[in-house]
Amino acid sequence: MSKETGQSHRKVLPKSPTSIQGLDEITGGGLPKGRPTLVCGGAGCGKTLLAMEFLVRGATEYNEPGVFVSFEETEEELAANVASLGFDLDGLVERKKLWLEHIHIERSEIEQSGEYDLEGLFVRIHLAIESIGAKRVVLDTMESLFSELPNPHILRAELHRLFRWLKKKGVTTIVTAERGEGSLTRQGLEEYVSDCVILLDHRVNDQSSIRRLRIVKYRGSTHGTNEYPFLIDEHGFSVLPVTSLGLNYYSSNERISTGISRLDTMLSGKGYFRGSTVLVSGTAGTGKTSIAAQFAEAACKRNERVLYFTFEESPNQLMRNMRSIGIDLEPWMKKGLLQFHATRPTLFGLETHLTTSIRLINKCEPKVVILDPINGFMVGENQAEVKAMLLRLVDFLKMKRVTAFFTSLTSAGDNLEISDVYISSLIDTWLLLRDIEIGGERNRGLYVLKSRGMAHSNQIREFRLTNHGIELLDVYVGAEGVLTGSARLSQETKDNAEQLLRQQEIGSKQFGLERKREAMEAQIVVLRSEFEAEESEALKVIGIEKARNDRFSQDKVKMAKSRRGDVFVKSTDKPKKRIRIQRHSL
Amino acid sequence: MKTGRRKEQPAKSRNDKWYLRLYVAGQTPKAVTAFNNLKVICEEQLKGQYHIEVIDLLETPRLARDNQILAIPTLVRILPLPVRNIIGDLSNTERVLVGLDLVEHGALKLKEG
Repeated sequence: MSKETGQSHRKVLPKSPTSIQGLDEITGGGLPKGRPTLVCGGAGCGKTLLAMEFLVRGATEYNEPGVFVSFEETEEELAANVASLGFDLDGLVERKKLWLEHIHIERSEIEQSGEYDLEGLFVRIHLAIESIGAKRVVLDTMESLFSELPNPHILRAELHRLFRWLKKKGVTTIVTAERGEGSLTRQGLEEYVSDCVILLDHRVNDQSSIRRLRIVKYRGSTHGTNEYPFLIDEHGFSVLPVTSLGLNYYSSNERISTGISRLDTMLSGKGYFRGSTVLVSGTAGTGKTSIAAQFAEAACKRNERVLYFTFEESPNQLMRNMRSIGIDLEPWMKKGLLQFHATRPTLFGLETHLTTSIRLINKCEPKVVILDPINGFMVGENQAEVKAMLLRLVDFLKMKRVTAFFTSLTSAGDNLEISDVYISSLIDTWLLLRDIEIGGERNRGLYVLKSRGMAHSNQIREFRLTNHGIELLDVYVGAEGVLTGSARLSQETKDNAEQLLRQQEIGSKQFGLERKREAMEAQIVVLRSEFEAEESEALKVIGIEKARNDRFSQDKVKMAKSRRGDVFVKSTDKPKKRIRIQRHSL
Repeated sequence: MKTGRRKEQPAKSRNDKWYLRLYVAGQTPKAVTAFNNLKVICEEQLKGQYHIEVIDLLETPRLARDNQILAIPTLVRILPLPVRNIIGDLSNTERVLVGLDLVEHGALKLKEG
């Protein structure tokens, strides 16, 4: 068993790298080497360009010459079309790195009589491959043959034969085809080209166009199965994979200051983690950009490069505004530490923004990237796409250990926590700014909604923009609720007065109590002395009575003795009882 | 101008020299069939006024590119102008006649009807 698995490991399907940004990542190394790949899609979705870039990159980067068999465009047209992408086809052709073969048939000039085959095409491709030692072949778009040559049955069989022939020759082939109704290709070419099928799609959502690429199948290889956005710009074709980047980036323990000392304190004393993602959200005018600018300034002071993407303000306007709160960014910009990039978010599609951002980040190698704000990207109901884009950007930045700082504008009526919830999972530290309206004043409150990996403060701070930067103050938290600004001040004075009053009351109460105790103790003394007086009086009476009784009984005994009777013996107890009662009453 | 005249009368009636070229790729059965079929048609229709050149693309592959040959066998009427192409083994004689403009389109349709 173990031997078998070992063998299968070694027998990994050989692949032909495309060198197209992102495509090799999702195909796990490129297209199947020596086999045909079908690229299908609607008109204008970039099939020809993908195929051409595959050849050009192969020729320039891997020294694998390529043959481009075009059924639609002439050699001159092809060269002109891709010249804007910086591909010099004529030069490649001259150096025998590329062979352009234009196949032209005019349907109206052709009459069919009996069976035919496409041996002529085979001869031509063979000649082309042999002439330059080609390893890669592109057939763009074969299906046009169906409209130009009669008898589709013959054509189908011949194309099938062609693909097998190319496979036998061991050339890596891309076959392009138009997307059909209900099937991948109009002529069902996917039945013949079954090793790898890539589907390109170009759709328009809310007036912005989105291109998508999906690998429908890849025999003998694992591959990304999602739809990946891609774009075509002056640098050619680029696919933006997201899942392939994975979640295995290194996480730094290093902390960097927010530029606001009390905010650092709120984030367990040290500020953000390096390489983490910070979001500041709040309603209009709560000071999101100010926090961003303060952070940028702090980074520049640490001699770190900052890339600031501003989607609402021009760099000039932003710097002017920040100067009013004592943050001067201009020297940093002149020093080259701070770089602004201002665009309207609606100018391009999301993918274009993403790739330009990534390109800029690669070029400028910043330590901090600020996106201010990210809402501009939201057009209609494209939250999922914006999230996907930000996810890609965040992943990219995390891999580069760049600290990302986003601001997000939330509309006033919304619940702040809910309105940004769609990107919450991407965010490591989330600061919330909110307006607190009390007593005819609008004040700003700041709190840390979440901050992964640190014991952050749970308190709301009053957030003030002063002419020397941002200040955080404790807010008033008491019976009257949370108060800020002058309401907080007045409440604090009120509180102080009340406290004084209460202290006075307590003092006077204590005094009264003391007096009462003194009175009580005096009374006790009086009572005791009265009691003692009565007691001695009573004892005196008792003594007299006792003496009298004794004498009396003695007298009785004497009398009895003298009378020799015992009648009065019992009566001696009676006076004793009376005495006991007297004691009780005392 | 020539096209207009061609519609009035088949090219055959003009006593031009016919120059035909047959592209093949090796001595395949299809190629042999095509050549034989062509020979028969020419003997019947153009006796003494035709010339057939057979080009084997396996020997001169560059000609496939230069002459935009895709299907095999391809018969090309070089002369008289305009150039006309017929693909297949030429087993359907009527279509060959139409293709070579040896018979009027209308005549064929009548025959078919």
